[in-house]
Amino acid sequence: MNGAADRKWVWIGAVALAAALLVLPFLVKNYRVFQFNLVLVYAVAILGLNILTGFNGQFSLGHGAFYAFGAYAAAILMSLYGVPYWLTLPGAFAFCFVFGFLVGFPALRLAGHFLALATFALAMAVPQLLKYKRLEGLTGGVQGIVLNKPEPPFEFALFGQPLSSDRWLYFFTLFVTALMFLLAWNLLRGRVGRALIAIRDHPIAATAMGINLPMFKSLTFGVSAGFTGLAGALGAIVVAFVSPDSFTFSLSIFLLVGVVVGGLASIPGAIFGALFIQFVPNLADEISKAAPSAIYGAMLILLMYLLPNGVMGGLRGLWARLRPKTAD
Amino acid sequence: MKLTHILAAAGIAAAAFSTPALAQKKYDPGASDKEILIGGIHPYSGPASAYGTIGKAIGAYFNKVNDDGGINGRKLKWIDLDDAYNPAKTVEMARRLVEQDEALIVFNPLGTASNTAIQKYMNQKKVPQLFVATGASKWGDPKNFPWTMGWQPTYSAEGRIYAQHILETKPNAKIGVLMQNDDYGKDYYHGFLEGLGDKAKSMIVSHVTYEVTDATIDSQIVSLKASGADVFFNITTPKFAAQAIKKVAELGWKPVHYLNNVSASVGSVLVPAGLDNATGVITTQYLKDPTDPQWANDKGFKDWLEWMKKYNASADLKDANYVYGYNVAQGLMQVLKQAGDNLTRENVMKQAASLDMTLPMLLPGVNVKTAADDYYPIEREQLARFDGKTWVLFGKVYGR
Amino acid sequence: MEGFLLQVFAGLANGIIYGSVALALVMIFQATHHINFAQGEMATFSTFVAWWLMQQGWPYWGAFFFTVAVSFAGGLLVQRIILRPIEKAPVLTNVLVFIGLLLIFNALSGWLFDFTVKAFDSPFAKDSFLETKYFSAHQVGSAGVLVVMLLLLFAFFRFTPIGLAMRAAAQNPDSARLVGIRVSWMLGLGWGLAAAIGAVAGMMVAPVVFLDPNMMGGILLYGFAAALLGGVDNPVGAVIGGFIVGVLENLLGAYVIGTELKLTVALVLIVATLTLKPAGLFGKKVVVRV
Repeated sequence: MNGAADRKWVWIGAVALAAALLVLPFLVKNYRVFQFNLVLVYAVAILGLNILTGFNGQFSLGHGAFYAFGAYAAAILMSLYGVPYWLTLPGAFAFCFVFGFLVGFPALRLAGHFLALATFALAMAVPQLLKYKRLEGLTGGVQGIVLNKPEPPFEFALFGQPLSSDRWLYFFTLFVTALMFLLAWNLLRGRVGRALIAIRDHPIAATAMGINLPMFKSLTFGVSAGFTGLAGALGAIVVAFVSPDSFTFSLSIFLLVGVVVGGLASIPGAIFGALFIQFVPNLADEISKAAPSAIYGAMLILLMYLLPNGVMGGLRGLWARLRPKTAD
Repeated sequence: MKLTHILAAAGIAAAAFSTPALAQKKYDPGASDKEILIGGIHPYSGPASAYGTIGKAIGAYFNKVNDDGGINGRKLKWIDLDDAYNPAKTVEMARRLVEQDEALIVFNPLGTASNTAIQKYMNQKKVPQLFVATGASKWGDPKNFPWTMGWQPTYSAEGRIYAQHILETKPNAKIGVLMQNDDYGKDYYHGFLEGLGDKAKSMIVSHVTYEVTDATIDSQIVSLKASGADVFFNITTPKFAAQAIKKVAELGWKPVHYLNNVSASVGSVLVPAGLDNATGVITTQYLKDPTDPQWANDKGFKDWLEWMKKYNASADLKDANYVYGYNVAQGLMQVLKQAGDNLTRENVMKQAASLDMTLPMLLPGVNVKTAADDYYPIEREQLARFDGKTWVLFGKVYGR
Repeated sequence: MEGFLLQVFAGLANGIIYGSVALALVMIFQATHHINFAQGEMATFSTFVAWWLMQQGWPYWGAFFFTVAVSFAGGLLVQRIILRPIEKAPVLTNVLVFIGLLLIFNALSGWLFDFTVKAFDSPFAKDSFLETKYFSAHQVGSAGVLVVMLLLLFAFFRFTPIGLAMRAAAQNPDSARLVGIRVSWMLGLGWGLAAAIGAVAGMMVAPVVFLDPNMMGGILLYGFAAALLGGVDNPVGAVIGGFIVGVLENLLGAYVIGTELKLTVALVLIVATLTLKPAGLFGKKVVVRV
């Protein structure tokens, strides 16, 4: 009896949430909508990294590189080849998937810190590659590429607010994000998910059970890179600009921060992680102009004390404590 | 007289007397009777956080102006946001200033990539992107981007000056170039190449680069010396400039040494590098270097020093960013003063495009001049040679 | 030929820098099995403290040893106060705290000592007997300091009971506790020693690269690469790794790929080496019991 009532509440909650999300952009200014779009983009990027690091235990300090490649792929397709923006997304995913898979192979031999170094090296090398003069015709070199913001395909207004470019992008991004989350959830809840976690926690036992470790690990790298690359492409569309300075290794660090803050091996955690990396730097800036990064660093440390397993870890713990104890 | 004539005369007289009363105040968002809200974007965190000081300096100058009564009776409010030198963040901050804080203008945003990211938006929204803090040459394009204006002499113009000087004084030179591998470095280099023209290929015997993440540039200097160059064009930021000057001396290499203006501060670059090592280095100047003893009794310098002591008491007097911020803030003051009670964004841009003045910390002979088709406020600069103690200006004043 | 030799020697000189930082990283790893990403910024901060003392009039060696002592205490305190609460937490939680510390130390350096470039004295004067044709007195001197630190560290871990206890505490904390080793204090000691080594590294590096809050940013990556290349559990390997990275980078930039891609190529080579020898060139191969 409790189960049915529980499910009813979950459904009502879900519908209410969906309605709220759909109406939200018309209740706030365009600037806020732009920020929400960034949150959604980062959520997909963090989800990608989480698949690799959270679920599969492969430590990546270089996911900013895949984000950058996805962003540039979209930018080059749009500016040089006139590809419509929505079509660049699968292109970016495919490109980064292949690239991630190729990186995953040699990464098989590296573990822990060594993999961290290798991926960190990737993140450091990317800005240099993007600035390389032989590639300037393609990448725009240090000047970057300025993109056009997509216009909404139809007129619409709600609560007196028109469907602006930002609001249209919000719905587009929301749709893509929901799709990616669904994809991830589908992928991870079945055999694949269990295999990934098995590889992370007991690699030798996993091999003994017949899981093809090298294939799985490389494919995971590919999928993870694909997700983050697609997020990069989305990001390029939302911000309408790419340049080597947008993708320094700070981005890789921020994505990792997002994963841990949200909660390792957690899909909804990616949203919390994205909210953190988007809004907390602004908050730190408000608190102190003198040393905003110090405030940010302090907040990071504080959060790790309070929620060592991330937000989702904390919520799970809370839920476990609040939930009525089942009878024996 | 005929009645109609009298009435006509009366009408004209009435109109003539009533015009002053019609000169009402006009405000765009951010301006009011009491206050003008100025927005800014500077890197307070991240790799370029050293330049956050410019934002601080501007704020300190606004404090002085407010203490002295404000501009035309209005106080200045400065909202300066941190973009961590990340163009995506710059876009966010610019949108916040325009759409949420509703500032009148966005003043002195810093960085070429950062400004490129917001240029289209600012012009679409018709909000002034005024006196941007970068030396790139693309900011003086009133036809396509009428709401964006640069400020300082461009890097490429400076590169051209050095090229010209080399062609005049050492036409058979073998040139070695050390360049920071980013937009600022490339801008200098392109100007330099343009200045050399056809002779560029034959004169430049070595072109090496470095990243800001490199530990030292010793290897690059060794390569340059080994190439046989006898002229050295040094495009580096302060830390690497100091390293370069020191290493050049250590290797016993004595080229004609051109140093970019960005790193020409006596106190913060030449002193650490060694004043003896830096003797003979050539640069261009447009601002007075506060660590240069020749300005010690200059009124402009003394006023600046007084402002530093009162409003930036704990600051390092050797930090050139405080002169830059002071200077560009004074430029804005003139624009706002000229705008008077018509504080619309359009009028601010119009006044910014009608400047003709000098400022106390600019070198004598350097002025600030703009017009509807001239969006380069400061273009003049002069070559200077370091004599072991101070920069000695020589030659003509270049620029319009 | 002269140019080539100069490049190699410049690379070796850089190698001293990378090797010193790598040593600090190895120290921390041997004691805690973590890589401390804040190592560079802590070293920079220590160097600023030394600089400030010398501005107040302290003589060089007085400031030097005082800074080393203060850094030791600081490292110990950081471990006791900030890291102890999360000792049992997952690795990545610790990594995030290291990142937080990195940001805090970097911002503190900038806030307290501002961003202008500062000269830092070298104790090895230019006209001392150490000066040679290809290496400056300072380079010879700092190489000497590096070797001394290396020997001390080696002896410490190999021949002293505390060194043994520290290695045991890092490798197998539970067993170590059972034999009476105070694991928590071993971790603190490790951090203190690493901070002290970092301070020495910073003070040796600053005269060459000049002191500013971002001094160690790029160097940390190379130090990290050097430590892993040499084998992250092997101090001697780490230092040799530093020399290899320094020379490799210079030769690549001068003769092979040009300066525009030398960082990329150097890193590719290092990663390639690691895939061939996953434990590093001189590291011990880890055999996992099933």
